[in-house]
Amino acid sequence: MYGSDSNTDSKTPDLKRRRMLVNATAGVGVIGAAAFAAPLLASWMPSARAKAAGAPVEVNISKIEPGQLVRVIWRGKPVWMIKRSAATLADMASNVTLLADPESSVGSQQPTYAQNESRSRKPEMMIAIGICTHLGCSPTYVPEIGDASMGAAWKGGFFCPCHGSSFDMAGRVFKNVPAPTNLVVPPHFYKSDDIVLIGEDGGAA
Amino acid sequence: MAAKEKSELNGVLGWVDERFPLLETWKAHMSEYYAPKNFNVWYYFGVLAMVILVIQLVSGIFLTMHYKPDVELAFASVEYIMRDVPGGWFIRYMHATGASAFFIVIYFHMFRGVMYGSYKGKRELIWLVGMVIYLALMAEAFMGYLLPWGQMSFWGAQVIINLFQTIPFVGDGLSLFIRGDFVIGDATLNRLFAFHVAAVPLILVGLVFVHIVALHTVGSNNPDGVEIKKHKDEKGIPLDGIPFHPYYTVHDIPAIAVFLMLFFSVLFFVPEMGGYFLEFANFEPANPLKTPEHIAPVWYFTPFYTVLRAVTLSPFMGTLAMFGAIACLFALPFLDKNPIKSWRYRTTAHMLNLAIFAAVFIILGYLGVKSVSPEYKEMGVRMTEIYFMFFAVIAIHSKTNAGRYLAGFIVLAVAILLIDVIRYNGEDPITAAQIKWQWVWPIGYLALTLLVPYFVKSWNTEGTVPERVTS
Repeated sequence: MYGSDSNTDSKTPDLKRRRMLVNATAGVGVIGAAAFAAPLLASWMPSARAKAAGAPVEVNISKIEPGQLVRVIWRGKPVWMIKRSAATLADMASNVTLLADPESSVGSQQPTYAQNESRSRKPEMMIAIGICTHLGCSPTYVPEIGDASMGAAWKGGFFCPCHGSSFDMAGRVFKNVPAPTNLVVPPHFYKSDDIVLIGEDGGAA
Repeated sequence: MAAKEKSELNGVLGWVDERFPLLETWKAHMSEYYAPKNFNVWYYFGVLAMVILVIQLVSGIFLTMHYKPDVELAFASVEYIMRDVPGGWFIRYMHATGASAFFIVIYFHMFRGVMYGSYKGKRELIWLVGMVIYLALMAEAFMGYLLPWGQMSFWGAQVIINLFQTIPFVGDGLSLFIRGDFVIGDATLNRLFAFHVAAVPLILVGLVFVHIVALHTVGSNNPDGVEIKKHKDEKGIPLDGIPFHPYYTVHDIPAIAVFLMLFFSVLFFVPEMGGYFLEFANFEPANPLKTPEHIAPVWYFTPFYTVLRAVTLSPFMGTLAMFGAIACLFALPFLDKNPIKSWRYRTTAHMLNLAIFAAVFIILGYLGVKSVSPEYKEMGVRMTEIYFMFFAVIAIHSKTNAGRYLAGFIVLAVAILLIDVIRYNGEDPITAAQIKWQWVWPIGYLALTLLVPYFVKSWNTEGTVPERVTS
């Protein structure tokens, strides 16, 4: 009892013990809060349904005209398929000094079989994910060299209206634009001359 | 807040007052809260922000009754509100106009604080809480803009969420975590809806409460930057203070009336405000395959958007610069250490610094709604440079010692030129040509705020702060 003069122990609180108890209680509280938060935060991750929706897409490319852009959806993203003419392929070679990564040396942006000048398995077919590597807008296709809206110096390719990044006809990024890397080439392989499967390498990586 | 045996009030109010600090709270915040008597028109914006908060809460609750947060239904449900719900168009336009009005009022409110040094004299916390409110407001506005699920909703969210993806190492996981899917979709829409209608409004209301309690503890600043609590009468009432109620409550009502006239003029006659309050591309349902030809965020984000576009070093640096531009504002009370609060008694150099900062903020905002051209792109870089240098210059202006000015000028000018040397690329003649003339903006800014005051004494002379308020 605090009233008793003789018992000094009960009068002066044991501060060390009190501090230990306070810390222990707070510690258990923090663990409890974390345990409560964990399932709530985990619920933000993609659901099983979202994870399941990622199957490969098969496209027939025989009807694509030279210069034409065809968009298909793979994993919710637009995939561009363009048949490039011989002239376009020749023009692309002259871009090299203007490009940030003409050799496609950033490995994460394409499978190794597309790590070449045209960034493709077949030089005439461009296949790339149509999402700007800056902040994810879908660039506009402006194939004409010197297109009126882009100015005489325009080399033909893609222009991102969001932040002004530009890419050439192989999806290679130009210098001094916000986008850091070339457009992503998705894994793909040709099942036959006309049929391409997007989303799988076909074993030949 | 000791309980009273017998309240001064009678009847029901008296019964409540004996069980709840009714009269005490009323006195502390209204009838015996002494506000400086020299408030000018700039002091209306705080109360107007409160009015808009109420408008947004009420109109928002009623929109929730008809809106459907589902990618298949969202766009159509907004059109349903606009066409079929009785008076639905009115509620929706009220909410949309309210969003822009909120930012207009908040920007004036913030600039008032900067002009009169309202973050000084134990008011740092009021400023910091206010900045958190501003952040919460930006988050609220961004999430609300996704809900109609139009083209701008989708692509705006795409850009903002991808900002988090630029963070090294954790970026991919973080953006996946925020989206809840590999692309922006139903999961994203649903969770942002939850935040927009429940979580953030709760936080906002709580923060506004803290903002006001902190303000009423320290007391309001005023256009003269005089502490009215220094001079009190024998009853302890500030000589230059007047009770908030009835004086300022009545005083604010005409201002609210004028504000509502403007507000409803916009609502009834130009609810889209030429595409600035509601962007035209957003009247088209979201299409994940096609970005609109020209995309820009809503006007109140465009200054920061220009900063993002200006820094092309790497996407992460752009993101950092954009968030840094907001973070710098938090630091203002700790950068501006000059003891004089109001710009009325500060140097011409300081007044110019604030005026140029306001102008640069507006120019950044203008550039953010324009599409990128070499000229505008370079101007965005230059205005970004001035934006950030403002914080250094306001710190330099803390003392009027001319040597600081010269040293500051040299350091900042060298930094600007160094950045130009790094950016300059002879192989890119179009950008190079722009760099070669647009350096005049930042260097001119430094000359006006630091170099000229170094030579011209009258630009670097402080006035005397009066003992009592002047009007």
